[in-house]
Amino acid sequence: MSKERIKIAPEFRDIMPPEYRDLVDDATWGKEGRGWKDVGTSKELIEEHSLCAGCPESMAFRYILSSLPSPEDTVMVGSTGCTSLVFPHVAVHNIHSLFGNQNAIASGLKRSLAARFPDQGKDVVVLAGDGATVDIGLDSTLQSWFRQEKFTTICFDNELYANTGGQESGLMQKGFVAKMAPIGKQFEKVRLPEIARESGCHYVVNCTVSKPSLVEKVVRNAVLVARELGPTYLQMYTPCILEIGKQSMEGLQEMRDSEKPGLRFAYKEYASPEAKELIAEIAIKEKERKAAAKAALAQSSV
Amino acid sequence: MKPYRVLPGPEEFLPPSAASMGIRLPDPDQGHIEGRIVPEEEAMERAAQVFLSAKVPTIFPGPLVLWSWNEKAAKKATAIQYLYDVIRESVSSEARPMIIPMADYRPKYPKINPEVEINPNHPNLTIWHNKIDACMFVGVHCHQANLALKIIRGGTDCFTIAMCAQAGHEDANLTFRDATPEKIMNFAGWIKKLKGTV
Repeated sequence: MSKERIKIAPEFRDIMPPEYRDLVDDATWGKEGRGWKDVGTSKELIEEHSLCAGCPESMAFRYILSSLPSPEDTVMVGSTGCTSLVFPHVAVHNIHSLFGNQNAIASGLKRSLAARFPDQGKDVVVLAGDGATVDIGLDSTLQSWFRQEKFTTICFDNELYANTGGQESGLMQKGFVAKMAPIGKQFEKVRLPEIARESGCHYVVNCTVSKPSLVEKVVRNAVLVARELGPTYLQMYTPCILEIGKQSMEGLQEMRDSEKPGLRFAYKEYASPEAKELIAEIAIKEKERKAAAKAALAQSSV
Repeated sequence: MKPYRVLPGPEEFLPPSAASMGIRLPDPDQGHIEGRIVPEEEAMERAAQVFLSAKVPTIFPGPLVLWSWNEKAAKKATAIQYLYDVIRESVSSEARPMIIPMADYRPKYPKINPEVEINPNHPNLTIWHNKIDACMFVGVHCHQANLALKIIRGGTDCFTIAMCAQAGHEDANLTFRDATPEKIMNFAGWIKKLKGTV
């Protein structure tokens, strides 16, 4: 899609809500090197959201949206959960699927886009919670990986069903007591990153969203690898501060505490040999682009 | 049984779709007034009378005309602006004409600002807040227009007009079909013609 088509009719510019004017004037679409540093200056990265105050998911959303390599050519597929409250505020094409069938929707969508726009790299990114990804939608999730569908699956792992009051999910840690799981979880947390690797994902990361530059790196890698090679999977800890009894300001610390070495969200990355090669090529190109931009800046200031 | 009429509401919380009550769409060069199929010029006259007698006649332009995405959309935008100017010049001094965009179809949480926009999932909020008693939808995709028109009929007393680019809307109190820039200008002409007579 060309940004040229996203123009407000001049007659209506003054009556359009300000966020749409800002979107057209200041969006980072088409900007090379866009990233999490654009958060705060670009309205398409959600100026407002409808999540709870201090919710780490809102941070995660912003970092992910700012890190998409081609937002104007990306369609996100959401599912039921807290994420579905945010998508109405997001200026990236998105589809709300039924609870759990997000990877099936994304499969059809990716294939349709590839058929309709064979010369353009259209990206599809699934963004769903752990209930949709691992419990209700596990079948769709796995089958899309088995079929080597070329899109990225991102799971916001808050380790329970937060939106409905705190029921046990497959990604809940063993022994955790939630409001609606009073005896504590009896089983181990499902090891989906390992299952993803064994199911054919080319790039798999397990992390928190405490470090924006890290999130930017893994999202870009995941989308670009999925575009070229096949399925990729990111599992990101976005704790529900309400359901684990934390205050609004404590989300970041909770993530930092959970990513220490040996803990369940310690950074883990897997890349297939082909993905490693591709990521190395991408890194070289990025380095060259930054060097060229730096040189151009130096030249212009002379 | 008395034939169903698509009258201004408030009808009930969930009004039936007018199509399910036997209301049919007009053929080319026709419109409908409250479900009754009439020649298009008759619908033009009635719509002009409604706007001229309303306290807050309002145009709701949708994404198909708010965004200048092709030449036809650009021409329609110009025609709608002209129509709005004509309405402002033609209504009584007590009337407060408005133009409020339907910029987005997605439900907005936690709230919309009803002073600056209308949303098809809760259009009644904008109608109530601005005390709108007559409105015209233009450039709104069919499904979203139907949804909004039903909600407005269900919970408000606003008279709804659909300036539809396709086959018209049963759920509006008055509908046109095959809207073009020329047709919008013609409607503006009717308002000019009837100025001071209502």
